Amino acid sequence: MKKSKILMIVGSLLLLGLFAFPLWNITLEAPQYPTPLGMEIYINKFADTHEFDIKNINLMNHYVGMQYIPETIPEFKIFPIAIAAMALLGVLFGFVGKYKLYLFWFILMTALGIAGMYDFYLWEYDYGHNLDPKAIMKFTNEDGSAMGFQPPLFGTKHILNFVAHSYPRAGAYFMFVGMILTLIAFFKGKKEAKR
Amino acid sequence: MKTLFKSVLALLTISLMVVSCVQNSNDSSGALSSSKAEKVYVAPGEHDDFYAFVSGGFSGQLAVYGLPSGRLFKVIPVFSVDAEKAYGFNEETKPMLNTSHGFIPWDDAHHPDISQTNGVVDGRYVYINGNNTPRIAKIDLTTFETTEIIEIPNSAGNHSSSYVTENTEYVVAGTRFGVPVPQRDMPIAEYKGNFKGALSFLKVDPEDGGMDIKFQILMPGFDYDKAHPGRGDSHGWFFFTTYNSEEAHSLLEVNASQNDKDFIAAVNWKKIEEYVNNGGGKKMPANYAHNVYDEHTHTATSTMKKEVLTVDPTEVPGAIYFLPTPKSPHGCDVSPTGEYIVGSGKLSADVTVHSFTKMMNAINNKKFDGDAYGIPILNYEDILAGSVKSGGLGPLHTEFDGKGNAYTTFFISSEVVKWKLGTWEVIDRKPTYYSVGHLMIPGGNSGQPFGKYVLAMNKITKDRYLPTGPEVTQSAQLYDITGEKMELLLDFPTVGEPHYAAGIPADIVAKNSRKIFRLEENEHPYAAKTEAEAKVVRKGNEVHINMTMIRSHFAPDNIEGIQVGDKVYFHVTNLEQDYDVPHGISMIGANTSELLIMPGQTETFVWEPKQVGVWPFYCTDFCSALHQEMQGYVRVSPKGSSVPISFTLDDDAVDAE
Repeated sequence: MKKSKILMIVGSLLLLGLFAFPLWNITLEAPQYPTPLGMEIYINKFADTHEFDIKNINLMNHYVGMQYIPETIPEFKIFPIAIAAMALLGVLFGFVGKYKLYLFWFILMTALGIAGMYDFYLWEYDYGHNLDPKAIMKFTNEDGSAMGFQPPLFGTKHILNFVAHSYPRAGAYFMFVGMILTLIAFFKGKKEAKR
Repeated sequence: MKTLFKSVLALLTISLMVVSCVQNSNDSSGALSSSKAEKVYVAPGEHDDFYAFVSGGFSGQLAVYGLPSGRLFKVIPVFSVDAEKAYGFNEETKPMLNTSHGFIPWDDAHHPDISQTNGVVDGRYVYINGNNTPRIAKIDLTTFETTEIIEIPNSAGNHSSSYVTENTEYVVAGTRFGVPVPQRDMPIAEYKGNFKGALSFLKVDPEDGGMDIKFQILMPGFDYDKAHPGRGDSHGWFFFTTYNSEEAHSLLEVNASQNDKDFIAAVNWKKIEEYVNNGGGKKMPANYAHNVYDEHTHTATSTMKKEVLTVDPTEVPGAIYFLPTPKSPHGCDVSPTGEYIVGSGKLSADVTVHSFTKMMNAINNKKFDGDAYGIPILNYEDILAGSVKSGGLGPLHTEFDGKGNAYTTFFISSEVVKWKLGTWEVIDRKPTYYSVGHLMIPGGNSGQPFGKYVLAMNKITKDRYLPTGPEVTQSAQLYDITGEKMELLLDFPTVGEPHYAAGIPADIVAKNSRKIFRLEENEHPYAAKTEAEAKVVRKGNEVHINMTMIRSHFAPDNIEGIQVGDKVYFHVTNLEQDYDVPHGISMIGANTSELLIMPGQTETFVWEPKQVGVWPFYCTDFCSALHQEMQGYVRVSPKGSSVPISFTLDDDAVDAE
């Protein structure tokens, strides 16, 4: 079998890592939490980093009027189907062995990834800004507008007494590596075709 | 005149120089003591190396300290009620203090001992004796709470207790007072020959550390003072010091000090266990309480037991021998290898050490020096390994460092003396301040001591601390014993009388310490595990409130329909599942203590409102930034009022979530 084929198939299959490992993690540090609070975001669920973390994040957040992190969201139904379908499609393309399909797959996956991130950003924005008008503590920015508590999409940010970290986890790395492999498969396939 | 002035000036100068010299020498001792300070300094946020479980004597509690810092972490209520933690006040723990004499809110807590596996402290449980109304308690070291108390029948002054054997097969409880067995109305003067001394062996469940009296040996009516198990080669034996082998019943300070030698009783418990397992012993009617706290219902239950198995020592030949030991021996300590049995004659200058090997030889050769009530007495000379000519006075207790040295306290001469096992030579002596009783080396009661520090526990302190009226603080003193000579590092005040202590390396215990109780495992019959489950139910004049608490409100927090004369039960569940977030609750006019409720736990207090009105309750543990807002009201109407029961949060029914 051609190397490009193998790369394409393996790369696509790496997406399945998202079913076993979390995609993203948000961690909140504060002096009175020597063990930080954390939430693992999977493609199909939110999970505690340490048991009861989400319950305790909700408890903290209710002081500033933030909503509870929901038990489930519609995306948790869509994401697993999309990932499974993409993995299947990638394997299929690999067997077909046309290198242009590899690039098509990569672009489609990138587009889906960006859409996913945008969707996540929208949720985060709402989570951080759609505050209970009866919030116990109300904070305003210097310009007088209501302070939001949106965690960063990527990176580290100070939010009142907390430092919030938002970074990819193992599942995301599986996806990234897989996507890079499919891109390499494309170039390799192109080279192989020229020979 | 001028010369006089000059000479005065010269004198003044000289005296100033002398003073400054003295100050200089003080400074140099200051520099020295700063290195001692470093040895006990545990920087902020750092942890101590050892846990020390120090009994409170007449406080009835067990205090948890860190060593080497001497910092107090917790006072665990054991035999005495504790309003801070609602122990003995809430409905759940009241049964813990039940006895055949009814509810007893206090006892005298003496000898903590840590459970062992293969002769090494394992940090699962601490057992401790209540002296006055004989009881043994078990403290669970995952929660640092008292989870079991068993009363000891046929016993009085439960003092030669509560020592564990090297695999925690048994916890042993010996009586100090001879008493009639069974108790009966008889003249005190007929003590001699009629009173008995019961030595109780409590079988320990290896799974949960639970205790059950397997058998009681009904010994002659001497005073059984202290005890320790054999270990290593002598595993299977238990040793008890006795005094008052004279069997005096009055003015004991004179009449019990007449015999030149009393005894150490050597008890082959394995032999008696075998005898009992083969159907030996006699069941005797009894009445004693066995109180067990369940971690899932968060509730204790008290069961009265009606029978105890007794053993007449003369019916098990070869199981018990008396070892003559001079001068009313007090401490009875066994070396880590199990070879040496140290008996400290408290009215003597010397420490007597018996050899287990010699004892076995004498027994095997049947070399006896008569008997007492049918129990063979061995020859003092045949069993003596040596005696420590200490030069001190009033030896009490001995512990071991695992490096071949022993450390004995001397009450009368106020000192700790270090001596060598085998050669009996004195290596070092250091004063204590003052009148030391017990001492403790972590693991010093096991086959594997951790000989880094010795903690001396003093009976009086006099001028050692700032005075606080006639009653001054009690105190312990920490010595470094890593060198040839002991070095006094630290004095620190203790809660109650620091009677005795048990120590253990911190890492063995700390990793098992619980952070929360899991709500889903809460099986309290009145638990409300969500706010939706909260409710108020009237049953005649009893009202049961199933209430929840979470940062920072109660649910419900407005309750109406209560009437004067009701008996109102507040069953309060802490819904938190986060480490170190307890909540408290107290109700105005409730004739009880606050509750202090850990995450996931349910506790109950009773309030009997006597006056019409609207009465507040609030959270007593500073739980959050909104702690002050954590409050609520109960409306109390006259008896027979038509106001219906209602319970709300934010003016909504709590179950309308």
